[in-house]
Amino acid sequence: MGHTNFHLSPKVLQFLGLLAAFWALCVFIEPDEENWLWRLPSLIAGLPLLINNSVDYLMYEWMPISVWDPEIEEYEDKPLFKEITRSISAGLLFLIHLVREVFLGGTKTIVAFTSWDFVTENPWAQVPALPWTVVTAGAILLGYKLKGAGLATMTGAGLIYIALFGQWEPSMETLSFVLIAAPISVVLGLAFGIWAYKSPAVETTLQPLLNVAQIVPHFSYLVPVMVFFGIGDHAGAIATIIFATPPMVRLTVLGLKNVSPEVLESGMMSGCSSFQLLFKVLIPTARRDILIGVNQVIMQCLAMAVIASFIGAKGLGYNLLLALNGLRIGKALEQGICIVLIAVVLDRLSLAWANKQTDYFADLNFMRRYKYSLLFGLVFLVGVVLAYLGTFCFRDGFNYLYMIPHNKGFTTEQFWQAGVDWIWDTFFFSLKAFNVFLITQILMPMKSAYLSMPVAATLLLVVGTAYIVTGLRSAIFVAGFVLFIALTEWWDRALITTYIMSASVIISGIIGITVGTLAAQHPVAARSMLLICDTFQTFPSFIYLIPVIMLFGVTDTSVLIAVVVYATIPATRYTIAGLQSVPPSLHDAGSMSGVNRIQRWLKIELPMSFPHIALGINQTVVFALSMVIIGAMIGTDDLGQFILKALSDKNGTGNGLVLGLCVAFIGLAIDQVLRTWANERKKALGLA
Amino acid sequence: MPEDATANHPSESVIRCESVYKIFGDNAKKLLEASDGQVTDPKAFQEAGCIVGVNNACFEVAEGEKLVIMGLSGSGKSTLLRCISRLTDATAGRIFVDGEDLLAMNSKQLIELRREKMGMVFQSFALLPHKTVLENIAFPLQVKGISTKSSIEKAIDMVRLVGLDSRENYFPRELSGGQQQRVGIARSLAVEPDIWFLDEPFSALDPLIRKEMQDEFLRLQSVLNKTILFVTHDFDEALRLADRIAIMKDGVIEQLDTPANIVLDPATEYVRKFTQDVPREKVLKIESVMDPIEPGTQMSDLKVSKDAIIETVAEAVLSEPRPVPVINDQNDVVGCVKPSHVIHTLFGSRH
Repeated sequence: MGHTNFHLSPKVLQFLGLLAAFWALCVFIEPDEENWLWRLPSLIAGLPLLINNSVDYLMYEWMPISVWDPEIEEYEDKPLFKEITRSISAGLLFLIHLVREVFLGGTKTIVAFTSWDFVTENPWAQVPALPWTVVTAGAILLGYKLKGAGLATMTGAGLIYIALFGQWEPSMETLSFVLIAAPISVVLGLAFGIWAYKSPAVETTLQPLLNVAQIVPHFSYLVPVMVFFGIGDHAGAIATIIFATPPMVRLTVLGLKNVSPEVLESGMMSGCSSFQLLFKVLIPTARRDILIGVNQVIMQCLAMAVIASFIGAKGLGYNLLLALNGLRIGKALEQGICIVLIAVVLDRLSLAWANKQTDYFADLNFMRRYKYSLLFGLVFLVGVVLAYLGTFCFRDGFNYLYMIPHNKGFTTEQFWQAGVDWIWDTFFFSLKAFNVFLITQILMPMKSAYLSMPVAATLLLVVGTAYIVTGLRSAIFVAGFVLFIALTEWWDRALITTYIMSASVIISGIIGITVGTLAAQHPVAARSMLLICDTFQTFPSFIYLIPVIMLFGVTDTSVLIAVVVYATIPATRYTIAGLQSVPPSLHDAGSMSGVNRIQRWLKIELPMSFPHIALGINQTVVFALSMVIIGAMIGTDDLGQFILKALSDKNGTGNGLVLGLCVAFIGLAIDQVLRTWANERKKALGLA
Repeated sequence: MPEDATANHPSESVIRCESVYKIFGDNAKKLLEASDGQVTDPKAFQEAGCIVGVNNACFEVAEGEKLVIMGLSGSGKSTLLRCISRLTDATAGRIFVDGEDLLAMNSKQLIELRREKMGMVFQSFALLPHKTVLENIAFPLQVKGISTKSSIEKAIDMVRLVGLDSRENYFPRELSGGQQQRVGIARSLAVEPDIWFLDEPFSALDPLIRKEMQDEFLRLQSVLNKTILFVTHDFDEALRLADRIAIMKDGVIEQLDTPANIVLDPATEYVRKFTQDVPREKVLKIESVMDPIEPGTQMSDLKVSKDAIIETVAEAVLSEPRPVPVINDQNDVVGCVKPSHVIHTLFGSRH
């Protein structure tokens, strides 16, 4: 340890010098808008406008082609790009409607092949919805076939909950959109992942794009998507696909790269063609990582369910948004549970499907072989007959055996509302006191401290830290990221975003490392804690807002707490993983050197697992940033609020994108430093 | 078949390497051409950012022969094997498999060759983790386009051959190392290849299991009679299994000969280091301590085969006061063994 201290000390000195210089700059620079050292002029304030104009040009003028217009029966010149986005929209919309009509019934698919007139004239030409009983029983059968009774029970319970609580219609709307968006994301992610795996040039091009794509807040995507594709379910699906594909690409590349060269060679020596090598050897062998990717895609799709509702995606997300806006906590909670249930059921089903095995020894007759298809046929018949009988039983217009409408299901809203009221009545003063204390004593002073930093001082501190910790190359990157933000007109907003983010990262980090360390002391505790983290991560980020609004109303405290809860997950998870990755032989060596528990933690486990924990903190930053931006929903005054404004602005594309980049660059600057440092440290410790 | 016979007819060699070079690095080809197609100074290559993996390998493998390539890590033995299976492309030289130019094959011909003639076993087993024992073994057959039913039937035969009955539906992760390598062996043999590559197949196994697997390997080979290239870093394993051994160092084949000749007459100082501690009685055959019969010598009544390993007959031979006659396969006396010669070879000075 003495050796490391010897190496560290010059860096510590450098850092102290840096702090002193920072301090001096803060004291001596006059807070004056004209003073460039205080705030840089917004030199790139024209960037959003430039983006808007380019987008307009691309959409409405570039490359006109003649297109046959059936309405006016003439060829017409239309811009190429718009035609392309139009066709994509139409295709997606068709698919979404197709799935939706299976679950909910309707006429749109029929219309697509005939015309509205045809449907009006022929009332029979309407697709009837599958009764919920059939869908539920079918899902149970599928679960049983794929994995057995456990999965069947879970699937059944989930769908029955959704049906009985009257959430069937919005849930099926959300499902139809996920069932289209998720497979497209998976296929796209796989394709790009394979491409990047095969060609290093593609990989180096994709890498920075993926990094940015993962930190740019969800909302920022919405504006350009809206401009290019319009508003509606298809736009929601496209925004979802854009957001869900990057993690899939990343995990595909990771998985493929982790396939041992010998397995690859064994495939080649078995005489695989390159196609067989890819689909029979590489992808199945990498399936652990690829399945994590699929899981991520499903989670992202459902997380986007709420956000996509901003640009017209129907379903649970939209209803949840309405309920949240109306502060109907109980309703929002029930709908949130539905989203989580769909996420969990889809995730488990896809996992079971991917791990399905064939039995080569079974010699089955026809009945046995097609057991499940036959059973489903039977269930279908029974369900339809029941639904038909239902029309006679329930004469008031609601056929409960067909679909339970939203206002006729069970609801626990009263209970939750009463709970909220009780909490408010009982704890009003203590909650309020805590709230006021937190805001006036901690948050406000912190916020004004951030805002009173001159830009020169901030730049010096950030870039200097990057230089001391990771060297010149990272420092240049970080300088670029920060300068970009400083040159926009939103520097102050970015400071506010950074303040909430850093406040919550500090709290999350402390909680996560403490909880992770405690849990890692015992294997059972560690496993349970990881399970809890998994469960929490399944929740779409929006869900976290529900309970905090319940307790603290619409304040900065709510945002902070939601961010802290959400961002603590990666900190905890990585701490446990890091501590578990310390080789047992080191523990033994420590014990034989006579260390006690605390010494072992401080001198052996923590230094060894610190690179891992640093990556966890990196993830914490990413999580926190995304949540801070979503916090704009409950009223913050940071970058997120402006992104939200850009959403309702017809010319918001440029603003939305530049604001999104600002958020991404905050994350990337931190990512650059933490990741570079962690990797170097890992190498030094021989862990990489 | 006796190996001497095939060695005399190079046309019957299954694998023939002519000046094979493998040099890793971006400018490998140019550098090699610049130095007249020869590597005389590997250091110069290293300074230019290239690493010489295989340096001028020339040899032949006869049908049914077990050639063991032996060397320490980094000696280029696995690289040489990969050149011959064309998992990597040799930088220069020519390789013939059954008389066909391997390096001239396009990928389609190569796939065809691997599907019909080659099988390979890997050090880390390299089983497909998502497939069961049976599916792993059937994999090369299914890749060829054979129906699921008949490929599974064939796989069941192979499972029996390697003694894994009742484990057909296990996943690789549920098997021990030795069992996993049995699956690897079964998979490599499923297409009934003529040429069998084994890349350190037993190195990842515990010593006792390794011994067991070596016996298994010899048993299989006695039944199957494949042409074998076997890579190992274990000199004892090489001695035990090989018809001929190629000892490699820094990409160069230092010596290629029968185990007996290598032990008795190491070509270089490097080879000698390996042979020094080898218990010769376990390697050498009676043939190598045989003397011509001097007329009028009194012979023992005992007879030994010229192919007998010394260890197995030493006690009998050494307790005979008279020289013991040596016979060949046809029961003709071809020489005699004198205890003094045996003792000198086994315990005499090695320098």
